Amino acid sequence: MKKVVIDAERCKGCELCVKYCPKQCLDIADSTNSKGYLPAFLAREDDCISCGICGRMCPDSAIEVFKP
Amino acid sequence: MQDVYRTSNSLTKNTMHYCPGCAHGIIHKLVAESIDELGIREKTIGVAPVGCAVLAYNYFNIDCVVAAHGRAPAMATGIKRVHPDRIVFTYQGDGDLASIGAAEIVHAAMRGEKITVIFVNNAIYGMTGGQMAPTTLVGQKTTTSPYGRQVEHCGSPIRIAEMLSTIPGAYSVSRVTVTTPANLMKAKKTIKRAFQNQIDGKGLNIVEVLSTCPTNWGRTPYESMRWVDENMVPYYPLGDFKVPEEAK
Repeated sequence: MKKVVIDAERCKGCELCVKYCPKQCLDIADSTNSKGYLPAFLAREDDCISCGICGRMCPDSAIEVFKP
Repeated sequence: MQDVYRTSNSLTKNTMHYCPGCAHGIIHKLVAESIDELGIREKTIGVAPVGCAVLAYNYFNIDCVVAAHGRAPAMATGIKRVHPDRIVFTYQGDGDLASIGAAEIVHAAMRGEKITVIFVNNAIYGMTGGQMAPTTLVGQKTTTSPYGRQVEHCGSPIRIAEMLSTIPGAYSVSRVTVTTPANLMKAKKTIKRAFQNQIDGKGLNIVEVLSTCPTNWGRTPYESMRWVDENMVPYYPLGDFKVPEEAK
């Protein structure tokens, strides 16, 4: 299981999680979801410190964060 | 795996209709988390406004009603007086509370109604297409002030938190924002306290939350957050305007 689980169908690609991530772990995908948005995804899991900021800043409740 | 952050139980699984990056979603989560943490989901009643948040009942996993434009505090007054054991909150925007509903919130505060008011201020009418609101900043361009708001024509923006803090019936009055993770945590604490005050039988509790409208401001969600910090916070200072010592 990943540290950051992003529901790509809920994501609207607003990039707030990407901008607020203190370790720049997240990126925007190249392909769209069914609504036509480009969702965020966890690009660099090794850098992730499971701080939860992406989850808290996500307006669409698309992100859940876990710590191993 | 240990949970660090999970979606609140007081929110439904419905996808929100708000524009990408709209801070309404973040504020909904703060309200829902506060309700969760206080364990009051089964006895909370929400009053949704007219505006972007009119469909809030789709997202809060609690009982909700929608009031006529601006009349959420009046409806909440009725609900709270009939059901004094319930926790009643209104969730209103600036076009709803500061404009057409200004009389209702002032008189609800004057009467000291035991309700909680979440006032989301994004300095523009979002749902109707970005017209000038009473809270629009001087010089801010909107569809009805294309050259920027001018004081001699439209007056100065109204500071609701400062105004309500002068009313003796208002128990707690605070202004917060959600532009950074630190501000977000402060906002959460303030909103939770506003609900706790109501549980303790105190009122009226209002939290003004400075919010964004990326679509109508013509900025990206992240730029909008910065715009709040740089332009709105100097005019609408953050902090507690009226919080009694026993509630702190």
